[in-house]
Amino acid sequence: MKLCDFVVKEAVVASLKASDRDDVMRELVDALIAAGAAPKGLRDELVNLIIDREKKGSTGFGKGVAVPHVKHAKITKMSATIGLSQHGLDFNALDKQPVYSVVLLMSPEGKPDEHLQAMENIFTNLQKDQFRKFLKQATAVEEVMDLLQEADNQQIPG
Amino acid sequence: MTGSQHQDGMETQSADTGDGWRQARVTIKNRLGMHARPAMSFVDLANAMASDIRVGKGEQEVDGKSIMQMMMLAATQGTELVIRAKGHDASDALKKLSDLVDRKFDEE
Repeated sequence: MKLCDFVVKEAVVASLKASDRDDVMRELVDALIAAGAAPKGLRDELVNLIIDREKKGSTGFGKGVAVPHVKHAKITKMSATIGLSQHGLDFNALDKQPVYSVVLLMSPEGKPDEHLQAMENIFTNLQKDQFRKFLKQATAVEEVMDLLQEADNQQIPG
Repeated sequence: MTGSQHQDGMETQSADTGDGWRQARVTIKNRLGMHARPAMSFVDLANAMASDIRVGKGEQEVDGKSIMQMMMLAATQGTELVIRAKGHDASDALKKLSDLVDRKFDEE
C-alpha cells in the first residue's frame, strides 16, 4: 500500500485557515467531502466522531504531527488528507508540543486490517526526521504530493 | 525483586534468552488489531516499567515505549508478537504487557 493510493490530492490543505483543533477537523473533513471522498450528508457526524475520538486520547503522538482518524460504515473507500499549519496547533499532544502536520484518515467500518496497514505506512514515514521536516516546510499541495511520491518510492532516508 | 514472585503456574511464559533479555510471545486477539488506542495502552504500560521494552513482528522490532514505532507494526488480528524486556522488572513487565494483549486491550 502506498501513500499516494489513499491520500486524496484534491483534499490536501497546504495552509490551514483554522487555528483551533476542532475547526481544523471541520476544514479537513470539508476538503475530503469537496474532493468526493466522503458523502456530504456525513459531514457533522464525521467531525463529531473525530473530535470525540480525540477527546478520548490525543492523536498528537509527538514530534509535531497528529493522525486523527475515523471509521464509518458509509465510507466505502479508505482515504486521507493532510493539513499543514504554519503556526502550529494545540492538539494536547503527548509531548505537549504544537502540531504542524495533520494526517486525517477515514476508513470503512469493516476493514480493520487495511486501516492498520495505512497507519503503518503513515507512521513509518512520520517516524523519519526528513519526512517530517519536508512536510512541515511544504507550502503547496504539489510539494506535499511530491514528498509522498518520494516516500512511496523509498527515496527518503531514515 | 519482582522476578521472584510466586504465580503458581499463572506466570506468563517468559523465557530468559541468555543475554539479559527475557521474552514472551503473544497473539493479537481483538478483531480490530492493535490500532491507536490499544497501542497507546500498551505504550503507557510499557512506560510505567523501568525495563527496556522491545516488540517484534517477524524481522521487524520496535521500541515498545514509542507509540509512533508501535503503530509501524500493523499488528492485525492473529499477528504474533515477541515482547522482549530487559531490566530489574522485566518479568513483571512481560506479564503485564502479555496480559493486556490477552485481554484484548479491554476493548471487547
